[in-house]
Amino acid sequence: MIEEKFDAIVVGAGPSGNAAAYTMAREGLNVLQIERGEYSGSKNVQGAILYADALEKIIPDFREDAPLERHVIEQRMWMMDDKSHTGAHYRSEDFNEEKPNRYTILRAQFDKWFSSKVREAGALVLFETTVTELVKDLSGQVIGVRTDRQGSPIMANVVILAEGVNGLVGQRSGLRDEVSPDSVALAVKEMHFLPRETIEARFNLTGNEGVVIEAMGTITRGMTGTGFLYTNEESISVGIGCIVSDFAESDVTPNELLEAFKNHPSIKPLLAGSECKEYAAHLIPEGGYRAIPRLTGPGWIVVGDAGQFVNAVHREGSNLAMTTGRVAAETVVALTRKREPMTAAALKDYEKRLEQTFVMKDLKKYQGIPALLHARKGAFFGAYPRLVSQAMQTWFRVDGTDKKSKEQAIYRNFRETRTLWGMLGDAFNLVRAWR
Amino acid sequence: MAEEKKPAPPAAGGRANTKKELPEHFKAYKHVWVAVEIEHGQVHPVSYELLGEGRKLADKRGVELAAVVMGDDRASLEDAAVACFEYGADCVYLAQDPALAHYRNETATRVLTDIVNTYKPEILLLGATNLGRDLAGSVATTLLTGLTADCTELAIDEEGSLAATRPTFGGSLLCTIFTLNFRPQMATVRPRVLAMPEREAGRTGRIVEFAPGLVEDDIVTKVLDFIADRDSDKAQLPYADIVVAGGLGLGSAENFQLIRELAGVLGAEYGGSRPLVQKGWITSDRQIGQTGKTIRPKLYIAAGISGAIQHRVGVEGADVIVAINTDPNAPIFEFAHLGIVADAVTLLPALSQAFARRLRVNRLAS
Amino acid sequence: MHIVVCIKQVPDSAQIRVHPVTNTIMRQGVPTIINPYDLFALEEALRLKERFGATVTVLTMGPPTAADSLRKALTFGADRAVLLTDRYFAGSDTLATSFALSMALRKIAADFGAPEIIFTGKQTIDGDTAQVGPGIAKRLDYNQLTYVSRIVETDLDAGTIRVERRAEGGIQVLQTRLPVLVTMLEATNEMRRGSIENALIAARAPVVTWNATDVGIEDLTKCGLRGSPTIVKKVFAPTARTEKAVIVDADGSADAKAQALVEAIFARAPTVEHELNEQAAHHYV
Ligand SMILES: Cc1cc2nc3c(=O)[nH]c(=O)nc-3n(C[C@H](O)[C@H](O)[C@H](O)COP(=O)(O)OP(=O)(O)OC[C@H]3O[C@@H](n4cnc5c(N)ncnc54)[C@H](O)[C@@H]3O)c2cc1C
Ligand SMILES: Cc1cc2nc3c(=O)[nH]c(=O)nc-3n(C[C@H](O)[C@H](O)[C@H](O)COP(=O)(O)OP(=O)(O)OC[C@H]3O[C@@H](n4cnc5c(N)ncnc54)[C@H](O)[C@@H]3O)c2cc1C
Ligand SMILES: Nc1ncnc2c1ncn2[C@@H]1O[C@H](COP(=O)(O)O)[C@@H](O)[C@H]1O
Repeated sequence: MIEEKFDAIVVGAGPSGNAAAYTMAREGLNVLQIERGEYSGSKNVQGAILYADALEKIIPDFREDAPLERHVIEQRMWMMDDKSHTGAHYRSEDFNEEKPNRYTILRAQFDKWFSSKVREAGALVLFETTVTELVKDLSGQVIGVRTDRQGSPIMANVVILAEGVNGLVGQRSGLRDEVSPDSVALAVKEMHFLPRETIEARFNLTGNEGVVIEAMGTITRGMTGTGFLYTNEESISVGIGCIVSDFAESDVTPNELLEAFKNHPSIKPLLAGSECKEYAAHLIPEGGYRAIPRLTGPGWIVVGDAGQFVNAVHREGSNLAMTTGRVAAETVVALTRKREPMTAAALKDYEKRLEQTFVMKDLKKYQGIPALLHARKGAFFGAYPRLVSQAMQTWFRVDGTDKKSKEQAIYRNFRETRTLWGMLGDAFNLVRAWR
Repeated sequence: MAEEKKPAPPAAGGRANTKKELPEHFKAYKHVWVAVEIEHGQVHPVSYELLGEGRKLADKRGVELAAVVMGDDRASLEDAAVACFEYGADCVYLAQDPALAHYRNETATRVLTDIVNTYKPEILLLGATNLGRDLAGSVATTLLTGLTADCTELAIDEEGSLAATRPTFGGSLLCTIFTLNFRPQMATVRPRVLAMPEREAGRTGRIVEFAPGLVEDDIVTKVLDFIADRDSDKAQLPYADIVVAGGLGLGSAENFQLIRELAGVLGAEYGGSRPLVQKGWITSDRQIGQTGKTIRPKLYIAAGISGAIQHRVGVEGADVIVAINTDPNAPIFEFAHLGIVADAVTLLPALSQAFARRLRVNRLAS
Repeated sequence: MHIVVCIKQVPDSAQIRVHPVTNTIMRQGVPTIINPYDLFALEEALRLKERFGATVTVLTMGPPTAADSLRKALTFGADRAVLLTDRYFAGSDTLATSFALSMALRKIAADFGAPEIIFTGKQTIDGDTAQVGPGIAKRLDYNQLTYVSRIVETDLDAGTIRVERRAEGGIQVLQTRLPVLVTMLEATNEMRRGSIENALIAARAPVVTWNATDVGIEDLTKCGLRGSPTIVKKVFAPTARTEKAVIVDADGSADAKAQALVEAIFARAPTVEHELNEQAAHHYV
């Protein structure tokens, strides 16, 4: 029997769980964190973008020892059809600042580093241990967790569920519904190793500068989704993801999409000669504001992907995860200091605090977009990219046709494929959803 | 950078030991030696393989090749000495003592270090068998010298030092290791990595007797029993002439029976890739490759094996490698001599029959 | 009874990459694991702990991050973890490693009681030498039992241990006196999963951390690169063979394919066919 009662138990050691455990432990709370992987990040191989601001609010001097790959100085947005891409690139020397704003990271290393900070802050961290269910008292108050290891349950005043997108513990304990297939994307990605000199030459980089490419278009074969490519120090992360319910309706597998994406004439030369070492598939919650489940209850709080906190339009996730983790922790710290019980009403304070952050503001702002993109996926991920490509080709190819005829041809092409009203409608809806 | 960096040496003195500066007292060390492995009166063939290689090294250095034989039974020691001469040794150090009846680390280490300290070889080679590795580790530590384990290639460099090449990081890389400033330079080599030399009947040399002077009562470790493998169903892979092996491509433990059947037809040994051991389809003594057995058969048939580098290093010495794989791009086709793109599960039974038919026809014809 | 298990943290060599240009090892992102062979040693120690109420200490020499492996060993049920770490140990070969570990073992003996049994794994998957165990035994003047497949009997009163050892061509049954160093063969047992209580204790347990001075090493030239008689001069990738397999191309049934393959094999290896005929002749007379 374990006599001890913890101030808080955190389920999961991803960015949200680490942020929560770190914040509470640093404030002197007796924190237990439980992660099913062999170490923090072990289930989360490969590259990602780290947004500095959210981490800075937790560990201000993280740049001193965090394993960062490259800071991003250039963003490429590509609209692709099967043979071409039309791109907008933004590159600025301003991003070569003293405290860069975005970095590429390898999650396995980054999470491990974050986890070591959690331990240094004084939290107890258990690995290779899966939380199987929440323990409740007769009144329904969550008072602890049970794990897959032999032995008794472990008690705590509050349980923070940072278990990631599936939210299985929450589900099994009846706190939430199953995640709906049309509000999660399945992303597959690979790491391709290349010597750093090759990467720097290929992407026009020096030192630790990095590039991000985000792509949409026919690469997802009409499904709602995007492709991406990031440069790491000695590797390139490349991946593609689409909404799960779209995959279910289509006969294309995620793997086939990725193979096709890698072999796209615009991507292939960037990866040439590389050695692929890792492949992973993972879910991303993309339902946005409308898919957010219940976030608090008696003795429990949900943070990170488990709460659907991802801004799919801007491809932000880990920053929302860290921010929600931190805010939840601050709520618990405040209640603990005041010796207040962790009732449903008291924990509501977490949601109030969240309203004041960019997390809720952004998700609210974009709440219409996921549904819109999904409803009009044929246009956004098929017709429009093709039209843009054709227009570009007509425009740039010099073949004796006069420019005026070219303009008309482009215009006609657009009108034939999409009625003017349909296009205006899409544009209008997109703007409205964006506002 | 995440590359392997040799860390800078700590203090003054720098990387002195990467240059050859052989201390005076080591200059008397001369000749190439092989510590011969004798168990139950039998010389392990790896010792002959080492003599073959040792001969080349000794000739390159212009020195003698010697063998050390240790045991209790005069007759078998003398037989071993004769064989050593015929396989190329110029000299045999012969240590006979009742306490050397069975291999024991304690006695063998004592005797071998004593002989080394008395007669001072510059190179000392052992088989990378369980016995050889057990002994080499203790002897090297006692002598405080360098030992390179599991070598795949031995050579003498321009400065006359032993260049010992071995796989590292699971076979994905090779490295060449030197023991420049200590003597003897020690190395172990696995059975079947080196070719068996020709035996030159009638070749002789001189025998140097060495009296170990062991006292059984002083020796704390006792051999109580020996359970020979021939009494159990243990694999004899390294010296088999034909080996048939299966990999994950077979799909299931049941299908491994097809490998056993083909082996039965050919009178062959059978084995498999590492995942099969991990899955429990075969026992670990049948694993072929880097962390399993090195084989050097005349014919090796691999069915449903991808040919990962760790597997490859264990089979490359085979005279003819035949690969059966459904994937025409499987790496095994890069080093096999003959290949067929086919489903092993359907091909293997047909292959067993085809072999059986052919051999039957041959027999009737003769 | 006190048992020490030497474990090493190794890169998971299944995931090692070789830099295509410089032929150096790229460790970036390569996860580390406890050397798999050492887990058999640890499990054997934990079984003895259960039988005799022994204390189990795990020892590793490595970088500070090797503490992760020690903590994991504690989760399985070890009682104490010792990390030997110092930049002077960098570049150690087996002789220098066994020296450093033997000094740490002397201090363990002085501080926590002399171990009756020291366990090591059969070998590591990165160094792959199987030399460190025998090296430690020699330096500490312990009796040495390598490639042990089974511990038959441990008699603490008589101070003896009896084991089965994998030898060439068979199993040796050996008996010797304690203290002893045992290197454990693989697949001899199955690692347990610690209880939640063990996991909590492990998460809290401090890792005793010593440097070279702490374990009484005065002569630093015996450590690391300088204390290593072997020198790695060259690292290179195996050369690819240029000639590829001759693909036997046969259409139709499995029988047709098999027939074509048999012919191709015997055309390539006529002596094999000849010998098989000889054997067959022997068989059937
Ligand atoms: C392909 C892909 C690319 C992405 N790229 C970016 C990017 O570039 N930038 C960005 O900001 N975001 C990105 N995201 C999103 C980002 O990864 C997530 O938003 C973030 O990881 C969420 O953190 P989390 O802590 O909530 O969940 P997770 O990181 O999923 O962590 C949950 C943890 O809980 C553990 N766990 C689960 N159940 C249990 C249990 N029962 N018991 C114990 N432990 C348990 C899991 O093992 C896991 O470690 C990307 C996501 C994907 C899939
Ligand atoms: C430190 C270390 C040491 C190792 N040591 C060894 C070792 O000693 N020995 C060893 O073997 N491995 C070793 N390995 C493992 C090695 O890296 C490979 O994982 C292993 O050899 C792969 O085994 P496999 O070819 O059976 O399986 P796979 O790699 O899965 O290959 C199966 C093959 O079967 C083919 N196939 C599938 N279906 C069929 C069919 N119906 N008919 C015919 N072909 C089919 C497939 O195309 C594929 O090529 C080691 C690894 C490490 C890290
Ligand atoms: N750095 C180390 N720390 C602790 N134990 C080690 C270390 N290196 C080797 N060992 C032990 O020695 C055994 C043999 O290692 P090796 O000689 O490298 O194959 C391993 O299985 C470990 O038990």
